[in-house]
Amino acid sequence: MKTTIASLKKGEKAIIKDFDADVIPLKLLEMGCLPGNTVQLLQIAPFGDPLYLDINGSHLAIRIETAREIEVDSITK
Amino acid sequence: MSKQNINVALIGNPNVGKTSVFNQLTGLNQQVGNYPGITVEKKVGFCKLPNNINANVIDLPGTYSLNASSADESVVIELLLNKKDKLFPDVIVVVSEVENLKRNLLLFTQIKDLEIPTILVINMIDRMQLKGISLDIPFLEEQLKTKIVLVSSRKKIGVEALKTLITTYKTISTEPCLDASSIDDDYFNTLRKTFPNQSLYKLWLVITQDVNFVDLNRKALEKQSFTKTNSELKKLQQKETIKRYQFINNTLKIGQKVDSAKATDFRSKLDRVLTHKVWGYLIFFVVLFGIFQSIFEWSKIPMDFIDSSFASLSSLTNQNLPPGAFTNLIAQGIIPGIGGILMFIPQITFLFLFISILEESGYMSRVVFLMDKIMRRFGLSGKSVVPLISGTACAIPAIMATRNIENWKERLITILVTPFTTCSARLPVYAIIIGLVIPDKYVFGILNLQGLTLMLLYILGFGMAILSAYMLNKVLQLNCKTFFVVEMPNYKLPMFKNVMITVVEKTKAFVFGAGKIILAISVILWFLASNGPSEKFRNAKTIITSKAENKSLSVLEIENKVAAYKLENSYIGLMGKTIEPAISPLGYDWKIGVAIISSFAAREVFVGTLATIYSVGGSDNENTIRNKMATETNPKTGEKIFNFASGISLLLFYAFALQCISTLAVTKKETNSWKWPLGQLVFMSSFAYIMALIAYQLLK
Repeated sequence: MKTTIASLKKGEKAIIKDFDADVIPLKLLEMGCLPGNTVQLLQIAPFGDPLYLDINGSHLAIRIETAREIEVDSITK
Repeated sequence: MSKQNINVALIGNPNVGKTSVFNQLTGLNQQVGNYPGITVEKKVGFCKLPNNINANVIDLPGTYSLNASSADESVVIELLLNKKDKLFPDVIVVVSEVENLKRNLLLFTQIKDLEIPTILVINMIDRMQLKGISLDIPFLEEQLKTKIVLVSSRKKIGVEALKTLITTYKTISTEPCLDASSIDDDYFNTLRKTFPNQSLYKLWLVITQDVNFVDLNRKALEKQSFTKTNSELKKLQQKETIKRYQFINNTLKIGQKVDSAKATDFRSKLDRVLTHKVWGYLIFFVVLFGIFQSIFEWSKIPMDFIDSSFASLSSLTNQNLPPGAFTNLIAQGIIPGIGGILMFIPQITFLFLFISILEESGYMSRVVFLMDKIMRRFGLSGKSVVPLISGTACAIPAIMATRNIENWKERLITILVTPFTTCSARLPVYAIIIGLVIPDKYVFGILNLQGLTLMLLYILGFGMAILSAYMLNKVLQLNCKTFFVVEMPNYKLPMFKNVMITVVEKTKAFVFGAGKIILAISVILWFLASNGPSEKFRNAKTIITSKAENKSLSVLEIENKVAAYKLENSYIGLMGKTIEPAISPLGYDWKIGVAIISSFAAREVFVGTLATIYSVGGSDNENTIRNKMATETNPKTGEKIFNFASGISLLLFYAFALQCISTLAVTKKETNSWKWPLGQLVFMSSFAYIMALIAYQLLK
């Protein structure tokens, strides 16, 4: 199973690996969600969705179905 | 040096304090209007610069990039690309923020490609030390090919330096800071050759966006087959974004040092509490509860003061001006009409005060985050919370605020249900009726019964909004991709100046916007109430005095009877009588009927209408609107007109009915069809009628 942002644990850091540009809104890319940048899962909303992230220094929240499309490599063991 | 006028455009991401910089530059010298044809707010301010230069400062809507995804963002591109616009900037000031420099610079590099002199403001430098950030300004200026000003709009640092720098705009480089066209050399080279007179980036924006310009039409580009498939374009845009970020990352690697050990953990601690699964909701509820209690409690004294001042002004006019039609128009038409609106300034001020504090502090985004999952069950988005809360001020900006909801179905449902939330125009009606029919008592020692009723009405509004969203979600068959991105800005102490300017602007707009309608309607009503078509109206005095049962009455009582008889036979009386059969099952008399009809233009007209009708219909002008309403009785039964049953019925009617022409207009504009606003009108108003009917019949 591939690791995505959705499968990170709270506080876990990762590097963005890849995603299908057609399913990710351009706005998210412009906010720094690009391959090679770091992402950290800061908070999970009650009921497990949306996710509060620090992407490349930007603090933002996305829904879990978008998070599932973004493949990452975890860097905290 | 001779006098000179220049245009300065302020542009930046949301939440960088762009508006604070604007407020520091222009103070209260601001004009808020709309861009022609669209409902995007246009703010232009005026600022005196050194060397005798005057500047028109344009505060453009906040945007993350020049790739527009909403009407607000299109405004930015259209202004920046149209040299013929009279506000076309001589110089652009890009406002960024020290903690989010990386993301802010993306927009900056795009703006630089437009080849207009551009200054970079780095705002919130008072936080640099706290966050352990240091910047190499000369290096950044060289790399970004610009001049940088460090500003703290909170501490008022750097504003004068910015003013001085703006005056030197002619010396600022217009060169792009990177060559974005290298993402597809072949494509851009042919483009350059075909349109040698156009800037390359402008061409690119026209290809990727849905905008046209006088000198550059999309069709021309399509003919030359420069368009690509959407997917190809998106890939290119992605490449462009990556390219820009590479440049920014490399620049900041040298130009910015962050000592992360110094960064305090305040934000994450506060986040943990405010988005907690128990505390988060509890705090949100307490905040809302506090707001509504205080709106009612704190505004009581100033409201009573305004109300009684206008009553005495009216009687003073009556005593001191020569009697006649003109005096009557002023004393009975205009003064009560204006009093009926000014009376609600305190409540509206408090409402806007709280809403702007919630937005300024960054708390609103946490509420969006907290509520998204719950709201989605009802076909809404977490972002619908913002329209639903700001709908408590006015549905019109609230409906416009739905623009940042990415999913069309969620957005449409939010637009359709927002008018159910209790807007400030309902407040006057609620306030006066609650004051009349709900006792001013305390329960559990601290909770005021009247405040509690008001809170229940707000909850009722929200509840109906949510419930109808749920039904719409089941009924509407629309398939939309769900996108949801929300920025979580840093917590900030709201700035006094920003909050005050918002409150003053919004209150002014309320008073003058609603005031005009109310004044016009008051005058028309007064005319219709002071004139009648039949003999009965003209001979009122003879008819009343000749009646046998009236012989024993005093002069004053006779006068009152004559006035009441005249009113009944005036134009307005006849109109009211015609509709009485339809509204008497709800517990209303014909006077309330007239007030309801006139308030279909705008709800707040209700109180002014009753004030005018009662002034014409009685001989005393000394009484306040409230007292007049309280003493009004039904001539047949002798019962009070505003009793518990009819009061509750009226409250419910106003809670649900869509009585606002402007809301219909904005819904039409935002949905691009008459289908939705008309559906709204019919559904909400018939629902209101039925609920008011049930309530009155059960309670009477």
